[in-house]
Amino acid sequence: MDFRDITNVEYVNQGDYACPGCGAGLSMRHALKVLGEKTAIVMPASCWSIIAGVFPTTALQVPLMHVPFATAAAVASGVKNAFNEKGEEDVNVVCWAGDGGTFDIGLQALSGAAERKEDIIYVCYDNEAYMNTGIQRSSATPPGAWTTTTPTGNPLVYDKKDMFNIVASHNPAYVATATIAYPDDFYKKFEKAKNAKGFRFIHLLSTCPPGWRIDSKDSIKVMRLAVESGMFVLMEKEQGKPINVTYRPERFIPVKEYLSAQGRYRHLSEETVNEIQDRVNRRLKELGLI
Amino acid sequence: MNKDMMLGSEAVALGVKLARPKVISAYPITPQTHIIETISEMVDNGELDASFIRVESELSAISAAMGASQAGVRAFTATSSHGLALMHEVLHWIVGARLPVVLVNANRAIGSPWNIWTDQTDSMSQRDLGWLQVYCETAQEALDTVLQAFYVAEKVLLPIMVMIDGFILSHTLEEVVIPEQEQADEFLPPYKPEYYLDVENPMSFGNPAKGDVFYLFRKDIQRSMEASFGVIGEAHEKFKKVFGRDYGLYEYYRLSDADIVFVIAGALTGTVRVAVDRLRDSGVKAGLLKIRYFRPFPKDEIRELLKGKSSVIVLNRSLSFGSSGQITQEVMGALYYEKEKPKIYDYILSLGGKEVFVDDIVNIAENLGTLSSSNILWRE
Repeated sequence: MDFRDITNVEYVNQGDYACPGCGAGLSMRHALKVLGEKTAIVMPASCWSIIAGVFPTTALQVPLMHVPFATAAAVASGVKNAFNEKGEEDVNVVCWAGDGGTFDIGLQALSGAAERKEDIIYVCYDNEAYMNTGIQRSSATPPGAWTTTTPTGNPLVYDKKDMFNIVASHNPAYVATATIAYPDDFYKKFEKAKNAKGFRFIHLLSTCPPGWRIDSKDSIKVMRLAVESGMFVLMEKEQGKPINVTYRPERFIPVKEYLSAQGRYRHLSEETVNEIQDRVNRRLKELGLI
Repeated sequence: MNKDMMLGSEAVALGVKLARPKVISAYPITPQTHIIETISEMVDNGELDASFIRVESELSAISAAMGASQAGVRAFTATSSHGLALMHEVLHWIVGARLPVVLVNANRAIGSPWNIWTDQTDSMSQRDLGWLQVYCETAQEALDTVLQAFYVAEKVLLPIMVMIDGFILSHTLEEVVIPEQEQADEFLPPYKPEYYLDVENPMSFGNPAKGDVFYLFRKDIQRSMEASFGVIGEAHEKFKKVFGRDYGLYEYYRLSDADIVFVIAGALTGTVRVAVDRLRDSGVKAGLLKIRYFRPFPKDEIRELLKGKSSVIVLNRSLSFGSSGQITQEVMGALYYEKEKPKIYDYILSLGGKEVFVDDIVNIAENLGTLSSSNILWRE
């Protein structure tokens, strides 16, 4: 499937509460175009708790259940089992969570659901900090990044959690990384996730213009720089198969180009930029990409 | 009539089976374990046609039950103590979401220090959430109350917590009349919610609500709590018609002509019954009021029942530190507008499974003249 085959039906209503240029708003719009109307969404606390609309309005044309922060994967397990019991096995039950709800407070429930091979799709839109509460650090925040709780930069001794491999170690049906800046790749992965059975996880890199200190018009550009520099690698793993890198730039650009495009890295010294470049290189070597 | 000897926990599991839930999610904790072991067996051998989700924590147990309930099926979970405490946030959410989840809590103390034995601190700490709370005395009552709980919860759209005392009730064999499935089906109709996650008719649940609306939602919860008295009465009436067993919001024993009344909730009621008989034999006009529904609290009826009594001894198995026993607070509140109030004794009878014998209860009544009604009373 490519983006030319995608439906022009919209499942996200106009007038949602996403900021201009929000990666998470765009991601939902396009994810639902693939998943379709037989989808029920479980949403823990995140920016999307607001984006989805204030009572009595809703931004979504599919059923949605808001849930407490730590509970998404467990609630979705209950929802899916209930649909199965009712004979509605064909409903996609989707967790739509931010990085805080996935990497941090929701990780235990996520691990439990992945281990039990719950037949759900877990989507994490990762904007690399607690953006809804005003840009506080999470375990998805990259080393060096400014946030309001890391005013001099996220400590370099920290490593951003490797969610892809954490989830992959549960041997799920499907695990992938994606970003809406590469729509073909994004659509293919949601299509694969939709058609697989068992636990499926998609990690989306998702810009936050106010949190990343970027102009909203540069949202797509910055997500592309993340991929072109190797900061974020587009890949997937189907059960029983090796990791498959789904997009390889002809040549990786220096991470400096990605970092300098964002205000949250403005304070970095050259030494720190080099350190980040070294880490990216090590990771790309591990993946056999350089 | 089919009778059998079974543990309180097994009676609960049987009640759950008869209610035909579609999703059960649970995480083990002493002394709740026998409940979920028995239900697992029922699901595995096909006696109960349901999904059993073996989650990784109590937080996920209650979350999965909530998800199932929101998807429109009957859902159940059971826990104790630390497990109930870990569920706290979601217990709140379920009330706001108006989901009729039924939870059985095997009452147990909460650490530190570790203690697996019974008291009511765990459930009393959850009294303000909007869950209905019922305390059971016997295995039969536990089984019957589980069936009633689904009936009431699904009509008032509020969740219900059914309490059995850890070990004293959960791990004790008692004779139980086993209801027929046909009777249970006659009593409890299939669950057909009006609003649920439905791809044919999509709706959002739990969207942010501003103060004006939020305030009304909370007022509705209180209204439903008040209306639940009627629904509980209706459930008890129907239950009596189908099964022949009689239940109320409360129960009393040798109360009408009593001067001294013990108030208690849970399985220790049995011990107090025997103590009341002994006191009566020695000429002390003692009686007993057993609280079954702590939420909603039937304060009007309790005010009437305690009218003209000289002394009311409230036997608590938990307390709100810095204040008093939670049951005492309720009884005092119920009696506030009475002109002639009885003396109310705020007694902390047992915590963490401290043993209670008939003599202990008899001694309280016999030494009442030496006790103060203005302080919390502790045992020696």
